[in-house]
Amino acid sequence: MSNTLFDKVWDTHVVRKIEGGPDVLFIDRHLIHEVTSPVAFLGLKSRGIKVLYPDRTFATADHNTPTINQHLPVEDPLSANQLKALESNSNEYGISYWGLGHQKNGIVHVVGPEYGITQPGATIVCGDSHTSTHGAFGAIAFGIGTSEVEMVLATQCIMQPKPKKMRINVNGKLGIGVTPKDVALFIISQLTTSGATGYFVEYAGDVFENMSMEGRMTVCNLSIEMGARGGMIAPDETTINYVKGREFSPKGEAWDKALAYYKTLKTDADAIFDKELTFDGSTIEPMITYGTNPGMGMGISHDIPDAAHAEGGATTYAKSLNYMGFSEGQAMIGKKVDFVFVGSCTNGRIEDFRAFTSLVKGKHKADDVTVWLVPGSHIVEAQIKEEGLLDILTEAGFSLRQPGCSACLAMNDDKIPAGKYAVSTSNRNFEGRQGPGSRTMLASPLVAAAAAVTGVVTDPRTLIEELV
Amino acid sequence: MAYDKFNTLRSTAVPLPIENVDTDQLIPARFLKATERVGFGDNLFRDWRYNADNTPKKDFVLNNNIYSGKILVGGKNFGSGSSREHAAWAVYDYGFRCVVSSFFADIFRNNCLNVGVLPVQVSPEFSEKIFAAIHADPTTELEVNLPDQTITLVATGEKDTFEISPYKKDNMINGFDDIDYLQSIKPEIEVFASNLPL
Repeated sequence: MSNTLFDKVWDTHVVRKIEGGPDVLFIDRHLIHEVTSPVAFLGLKSRGIKVLYPDRTFATADHNTPTINQHLPVEDPLSANQLKALESNSNEYGISYWGLGHQKNGIVHVVGPEYGITQPGATIVCGDSHTSTHGAFGAIAFGIGTSEVEMVLATQCIMQPKPKKMRINVNGKLGIGVTPKDVALFIISQLTTSGATGYFVEYAGDVFENMSMEGRMTVCNLSIEMGARGGMIAPDETTINYVKGREFSPKGEAWDKALAYYKTLKTDADAIFDKELTFDGSTIEPMITYGTNPGMGMGISHDIPDAAHAEGGATTYAKSLNYMGFSEGQAMIGKKVDFVFVGSCTNGRIEDFRAFTSLVKGKHKADDVTVWLVPGSHIVEAQIKEEGLLDILTEAGFSLRQPGCSACLAMNDDKIPAGKYAVSTSNRNFEGRQGPGSRTMLASPLVAAAAAVTGVVTDPRTLIEELV
Repeated sequence: MAYDKFNTLRSTAVPLPIENVDTDQLIPARFLKATERVGFGDNLFRDWRYNADNTPKKDFVLNNNIYSGKILVGGKNFGSGSSREHAAWAVYDYGFRCVVSSFFADIFRNNCLNVGVLPVQVSPEFSEKIFAAIHADPTTELEVNLPDQTITLVATGEKDTFEISPYKKDNMINGFDDIDYLQSIKPEIEVFASNLPL
């Protein structure tokens, strides 16, 4: 029988199928952070349960950590308390803990792949919806709630109905200035924020085949923003080259065995998907969002659509534009930008900083823009320095912060003030996401760079030509 | 964590006819810093419900005392975005036991089922009927019958059915959770783990 990549990985991990109910799914690797795990540990304690496989869970602090002065005590008592809880729970149950100051500390979806925790064909969960990131390696990876975190700690399993399957094909040559982020925002704009709800997505086609692992992670990361539980890309040479030799990757004989398994991880030629969509990559422009969900995006040179051409009812659409302070028919190009944020599990990897730096090189930060550059991990931070990017950035008037989730969800002090506009490389433009009253325009690192040097929404292609 | 059993629920309802209500609205990230599951109801819809100075926003439905009840009726694609279970906790802690929508986001729906909030997905037509009925009469009662998987506008008897897996239905009716089940099959899980490809 012909199977999809998703079927193969899922079926390999089903411990038991419940009649008229969900599948009991075994989880290979479990990532936890300070925000969604404390109540799960409380549950374990009240039930008197141990963690079944402590070596399958990895803890890192990222969501509410400061991105400056990480050597000092965390000032916010609530954040400090949550970080302390993660540390003491990890220690009590024998879980690897990468807290603030630890060399391996960083955003959970950045450090997981960097250290080889993420493996092709694995099942990976975390109490964070952007766990879909790890699907870039051909893993089934998705976000879970705290009750499910407790289930995984207690039994290494969760109970899930098997989702439907969707394949999204993108072929063709991407234009200049079009990044993986633009491909993802384009797909979401076509499907809407709920268009893939109920599905697990496989991305296929030469656009993804030609992407680096960093690019694939950006795409899979954003799968949740069209409602999909996750997205995945079949592992290939690029994947295997990335995984090989990393700290938690299999070694020796185990590697040979793993490699044999990885090579089975592709969709059979005549496998059937519940839904299949195909897009032409050459038509994709640098993207930007204008509304309050990630589906409200468009090519940066376009005008904001009128309600009749937008998804969601007229009331919802009006509420959204009103929040943003935008009107139907307006151009996005030229709109004032107060803040630029580069970072997050979506765009906080080395390629993203390379892209940003390539555009700002030889230019200067616009005077009235505040720019936060936040690497996803210490490895990314070190690469930025080693590759000489920091020198270029410093010359252009930028500085680097320390790793963490930062302004993506503004649980720490990195908050966009009420009413201010941010061009952000993160993943959500929901009302108040980057701070109460903040107004977010999601975009790629190149669009962020163009805004950072001009102070307004700018098509990066107008600044790139000299680079090519 | 234990929750109250759910069988049938007859109640007035609170209407929120907005689409794509995400979990950042249900509970903003800055209120996720607790290490215990207490007090989340106070911050349900925090930024739609209160001004920056913590005074209530008069035009928001939770601040309008003509609407009340244990059922929240939302627009299409309710609960999208972040996987934070705190959103479902906030809904439960505020006093809702049931959320009705014509379409739910996956993770939120799962989280609701795990914490004792019943997600009732109705047809877009029935959703419109409910909104219209409450608009016409805020004391409109709905009856949610979990064993029969029906939701009824009490005054007119108009009803719709909803889906729930027999397993989850049994859990909700009896107040069980998945950990009870998973604990009971632990030996099977351990055997399975020893035979995995990775």
